[in-house]
Amino acid sequence: MVEMKPVSGIYRVALKLLMNDKSKFTALLVGITFAVFLMVMMMSMFSGILARSCAPVYNIGAKIWVMDPAVNNTNSSIPMPDYILSASRSIPGVKYSVPLYFGSALVKLKNGAYQAATVVGLDDATLFGRPEMIEGRIEDIFADNAFVVVKDAEYAKLESPKIGTQFEINDNSATVVGLAKVASSGLFGIPTLYTTYNRAITYIPSARFTTSYVLIEPKSDADIPGIQKAIAKLGYEALTRDQFVKKVSNFYTYKTGVGMNIMMMTAISFVVGLSISGQTFYTFILENIGKFGAMKAIGAKGNELVSMILVQAVVTSLIGYGLGVGAASTFMIIAKWRVPDYAAQLTYPTLGLALVMVMIIAGFSSYIGVRKVLQIQPFDIFRG
Amino acid sequence: MKGSVIISASNLVKWFGEGEARTVAVKQASFEAQYGEMLYIVGPSGSGKTTLLSMISGILRPNEGSVIVENQDIWSMKDDDLADLRLNKIGFVFQDYHLFPRLTTVENVAIPLILKKTEWNAAMELARDYLDIVGLKDRADLQPVKLSGGEQQRVAIARAIAGQPDILIFDEPTASLDGDTGRKIVEFVKTNILNEKRAIIIVTHDSRIYEYADRIMKMEDGKIVGYESGYENSQQHEK
Repeated sequence: MVEMKPVSGIYRVALKLLMNDKSKFTALLVGITFAVFLMVMMMSMFSGILARSCAPVYNIGAKIWVMDPAVNNTNSSIPMPDYILSASRSIPGVKYSVPLYFGSALVKLKNGAYQAATVVGLDDATLFGRPEMIEGRIEDIFADNAFVVVKDAEYAKLESPKIGTQFEINDNSATVVGLAKVASSGLFGIPTLYTTYNRAITYIPSARFTTSYVLIEPKSDADIPGIQKAIAKLGYEALTRDQFVKKVSNFYTYKTGVGMNIMMMTAISFVVGLSISGQTFYTFILENIGKFGAMKAIGAKGNELVSMILVQAVVTSLIGYGLGVGAASTFMIIAKWRVPDYAAQLTYPTLGLALVMVMIIAGFSSYIGVRKVLQIQPFDIFRG
Repeated sequence: MKGSVIISASNLVKWFGEGEARTVAVKQASFEAQYGEMLYIVGPSGSGKTTLLSMISGILRPNEGSVIVENQDIWSMKDDDLADLRLNKIGFVFQDYHLFPRLTTVENVAIPLILKKTEWNAAMELARDYLDIVGLKDRADLQPVKLSGGEQQRVAIARAIAGQPDILIFDEPTASLDGDTGRKIVEFVKTNILNEKRAIIIVTHDSRIYEYADRIMKMEDGKIVGYESGYENSQQHEK
């Protein structure tokens, strides 16, 4: 008795037809792999840029950020009057609130060169938002002229200072009292220094107002909407961490050209993949069209031929997807190893979006193949 | 079984195009084919023999008339049922063979078995048996492109009989072969493939193989114009 199984044999035939045609299969894989590689690289780059643009928001870790409504990214803070801090402390639902200074300064290095640096001034009373120390003690930040240096990819730009190293910052003397690490480095490739709020506003020239952000800890998450309304009545904006991240992301995505340029490159990669695989798959189907017609004559049903073509397109696309993601990951690992500033990061949404795009490529490629195969009539085979 | 009717075609009409461009390819064709018979359909190019062949094998829907295959009116069937009928009852050997060049010979032969959802390894085993019948077991793992024309024809025959059909349809089986090979193939088919439970219908121009026919049905301008025995016809041809 012959063993019966569902249509798996048909799929095996489909894959043999495809994979035994080595030149076309290779061309299909190269096309899809290249397209996936480019799409993943572009989206990872964008994702990395966005993550870095929001680095201070992640690093400080406050639940609510109060700012001028015109602020659209962390580096362009607009100083607020001191009464905002006082007023925020009297809003119902606020557990505590602290000021944060965020600005930039020029550091004069031993060799006489100047290096721009980001200075974060933490609330003197609580040091809320402090970084994780890797050398030294955070309490030493209260010492005279004390600064903590973030040891990240930009650290070497300050000539890799150690505890006790002295330098000038905006013509004021400064001493390194510790080295710290943060979750994410900034976007602009400049080193970061932490000090106290009061020292920061003393060392760095500023306008009449000095508070860059007010950081609020609510008593509970349920208090957040009320706090946001109360701050809005003061003419300012209170955003949760996610809202602030979204605001900054939207700014870079839609208002700087970064998003549009990367989106265009991603679209070009998609079109390249679509055209290479679509054209190659179409040629493959055309070459075999007589055989598919013969199969129809022999007794293959339309849905069986369609499923064969879908299997061919989906398997090719998934292999190309795997190779493309593998190539992009390898490239990113090597790039991060050689270039510490390299921003690209591979995220699940990127992988998901690339998979969707690859499935569209597979769908398009199979659609043109399916159309052709369904059009062929067995009678055409007899007529030659 | 032998001598009873396997195919009965009645008043088949087929035209292509509409209006002034309409061409009638087959006009009121009626005939019967019997089990155990090798029936040739012959005639000049454009006489309608391929169109007639397509209508009786469930490939081309006639405009008028009916085709009964083993007591079933095939043109009253749905498309999928018709596909099943072709798969289970009819085997095709195409003029250009239409073997998949990227599959091995045995995989090509196994196609009807796979379409019948036979498990892969069992299908390959059976296909090797059919290749053995046509004398090509030792060529099972080669690709068709590495075979001669005659061998490819025999692979196509193995594929056609792999589904154990009751009717075998050959479209110009000797057109791509030299005379000697063509005759050997048809002789082989008559001797080894034809049996009392099967009918073989061959469309051909090639008068060199008429001697193997049990009956020859002549067509001209879309009409069936007469019958001869293969022997009679080959005698006439020799004269």
